[in-house]
Amino acid sequence: MLRFIVRRLLQAIPTLLILSILVFAWLRALPGGPAGALLGDKATPEKIAELNQILGLDQPIFIQYFKFLGRVLTGDFGNSLISTQPVLSEIGFALPATLELSIAALILAVGLGIPLGYIAARFRGGFLDNATIMATLVGVAVPVFFLGYLLQFVFAEQLGLFPVGGRQDTLIGATDVTGFAVLDGLLTQEWDASWDAIVHLVLPAAALATIPLAVIVRITRASVLDVLNEDFIRTAQSKGLAGPTIRRRHVLRNALLPVATTIGLQTGLLLGGAVLTERVFNLNGIGSLLAEGIERRDYPRLQALILLGAVVYVLVNMLVDISYGIIDPRVRVR
Amino acid sequence: MLQSRGARTRRIALIGLSGALALSVTACAESQRDAGADNAGTFIFGAAGNPKMFDPVFNDEGETFRITRQMYDTLLQNKPGTAEVVGSLAEKWESSNEGKTWTFNLRKGVTFHDGTPFNAAAVCFNFDRWFNMKGQAAQSQMIYYGDVFEGFAANEGDAAGDPVYKNCEAKDDSTAVLNLNKAKGAFPAAFTLPSLSISSPDALKKYNADQVTQTGDSFSYSDYANLHPTGTGPFKFEGYDQGKGEITLVRNDAHWEKAKLDKLIFKVIKDENGRKQALKAGDIQGFDYPAPADYQLLRNEGQNVLIRPSFNVLYLGINQSGNPKLADVKVRQALAYGINREQFVKSKLAEGSEVATEFVPKAIAGYTEDVPKYAYDPEKAKQLLKEAGAEGLSLKFYYPTEVTRPYMPNPADTFTSISEDLKAIGINIEPIAKPWNGGYKDDVQKHGKHDLHLLGWTGDYNDAGNFVGTFFGREKPEFGFKNDQLFQALAAADGTQGDGPHAQAYQGVNKQIMEFLPAVPIAYPTPALVVGPKVQGMVPSPLTDERFNTVSLG
Repeated sequence: MLRFIVRRLLQAIPTLLILSILVFAWLRALPGGPAGALLGDKATPEKIAELNQILGLDQPIFIQYFKFLGRVLTGDFGNSLISTQPVLSEIGFALPATLELSIAALILAVGLGIPLGYIAARFRGGFLDNATIMATLVGVAVPVFFLGYLLQFVFAEQLGLFPVGGRQDTLIGATDVTGFAVLDGLLTQEWDASWDAIVHLVLPAAALATIPLAVIVRITRASVLDVLNEDFIRTAQSKGLAGPTIRRRHVLRNALLPVATTIGLQTGLLLGGAVLTERVFNLNGIGSLLAEGIERRDYPRLQALILLGAVVYVLVNMLVDISYGIIDPRVRVR
Repeated sequence: MLQSRGARTRRIALIGLSGALALSVTACAESQRDAGADNAGTFIFGAAGNPKMFDPVFNDEGETFRITRQMYDTLLQNKPGTAEVVGSLAEKWESSNEGKTWTFNLRKGVTFHDGTPFNAAAVCFNFDRWFNMKGQAAQSQMIYYGDVFEGFAANEGDAAGDPVYKNCEAKDDSTAVLNLNKAKGAFPAAFTLPSLSISSPDALKKYNADQVTQTGDSFSYSDYANLHPTGTGPFKFEGYDQGKGEITLVRNDAHWEKAKLDKLIFKVIKDENGRKQALKAGDIQGFDYPAPADYQLLRNEGQNVLIRPSFNVLYLGINQSGNPKLADVKVRQALAYGINREQFVKSKLAEGSEVATEFVPKAIAGYTEDVPKYAYDPEKAKQLLKEAGAEGLSLKFYYPTEVTRPYMPNPADTFTSISEDLKAIGINIEPIAKPWNGGYKDDVQKHGKHDLHLLGWTGDYNDAGNFVGTFFGREKPEFGFKNDQLFQALAAADGTQGDGPHAQAYQGVNKQIMEFLPAVPIAYPTPALVVGPKVQGMVPSPLTDERFNTVSLG
């Protein structure tokens, strides 16, 4: 298993290197530049030229790239042009919001998706099955930001059950330990702060979970149905094994392989969806960093964010592969 | 056994699910209770973006200035709600030596937030610090200082010129004398600029304020700028929680205009809809620049929309070098007569906005009614085009996307309205839309690729030179014209001393500009800010110079 992990890690290096070149070239090919955005409305062409020279943006692109690569290898991603704070610390401050949201959405999607998919398959053709299929069709089709605004309108504005946005009530005065609002409340025993953070998470997590939930339900259902038709299930049944044993040992175990792949893919997509959800619910996470970075051509911030995104994607894929190995030992041998 | 384990798992899952539901309902109830808790004395304002850092001299953008304005004082300030210059840290001031010497009588008994005394030595320390700033990175980021004082003791960049500042003398504790190398019309109004806020010399030294370093594509600032901003203002810096996007200030009890609020929090909500929702939910009690289309909606909900007096101008730019026909004044006049500005202002801009008759708004000294005016007259426009032999003229009309500006809330709407008018007088319009930061500003201001374009300006201080000098003081790719007579008239007006003669000189220049018509002024739009029903004492300022020390929660 260790060799497998090391091999996968080594394979990731050229991928990341090529990506860094592409990101770098793409950013510099965009019209406009950070100097104009940085200097604001009062910028004159002379001042922009001077700033480009100070920032080294007037040098040939390959020199700029190698300088950038040299700094990145020492762990220096530079400071954001917008906030003037080190990009890594900016990401460090924003990441908990995004992770908290993504984890909550993933828990909802997986926790509800697998049982629902399984139940739909078991009662194939019945009312539950049809209702689930209908609901998932709608779930996949609704864009996350639309659903976000809808949830906000119904549950926050009209019913007043949940807050409209933000991570926590400003006046609750929560202590910051890890940056994860729910966890911090538990660690410091400020239960109010923890609950407040959970309540703030409900609507955005529901909005973000909808698409992956629908996808997981459908994949689980299809996968369980496939397995139920396999010869070895009939063999197990003919051997007189009890229904629950067959379902747990044979059906679920085999059906979960494609589900695990889907969860991996959906986790990657979740981060994309989180960008929009964060904007709607004002969560000031990675998504809003990214949106603002693009708007104002914040090269250092965008470079770091895109590379970080790639690293996360590679890691998630690796975790999926490892989970294959655990679910199905044959994968390890191959 | 196996069967019972399966059943148990299902049971636990069910209990867990219902437990989670019950807990979230409890939490909702709790959150509702929290919202009603007593929080008098804390005002939360929704900010559209993160602040840059808190050393005013390195800053150039509104979101940060809104915060530093509460923590710092300047020598002079704008009278609340107007652009009139009044005393602040200096109670009295006068100029002599033809505007090259400025004497300030300082307020007594003022202390900085770190407890050190404010005096003439502290004023001189700040001016000397700015003048002697070392490092190209630092100098390049002192946008407003560079603009007003033009250069440094040792210029490290190509864009800087001969410094206006000569030296500063502390005659006694409460008298500071500023000597300049040349007179400048920007004074005394420029002493109100938030960039020229007075910091504690002790804190500047202690936290290495001058340390601006450049790493790679970016800059980093000192602990002073990030963690220990120290002024004399009505609020003191308490902290900046980057994770939550909240900047907290607390009242400075020693201030001569003591604030009513105990605490002031700026909460970053980047999405405009998010700010609106948060105000409605009571999470914040105010935010800046609501969309004009929302004014009535907000009022219906009981919010107060406060309209600022206009301090900006929207214009239709004309590039004379792009198309030879545009160098003919008759064609430019035809454009001016051909645009129905009254209709545009009435139908597309926020209430309070007015048609612009020249390039400075009414609040500025130097504005005059006595300029050539171009009331809507499409027939006259067609006639002028005919006389100039420019019938069927085709023009590339650039307009920006992905942006709103206080002077241009909706660029696409503005473009459509103006281009329809121009088409009606027989001009063929080739529309070219470009992202604001993604080519628009470069194409228009640097490369001059356009024939027509939309742009505007928000004033920094009460001086006409800050408007017309910036636009037409020299040859620029944006307008593509060279008119030495006009350039000289602007330079002369800038150097004219005394409030009366200064304003009069600019009145003359404004008249000349409207005769020459290098561009067409369109409107003086009025931006607004909105506060909740319980908020009292917020005075909207034309310069977005709102001071929160007068604010209270009823």
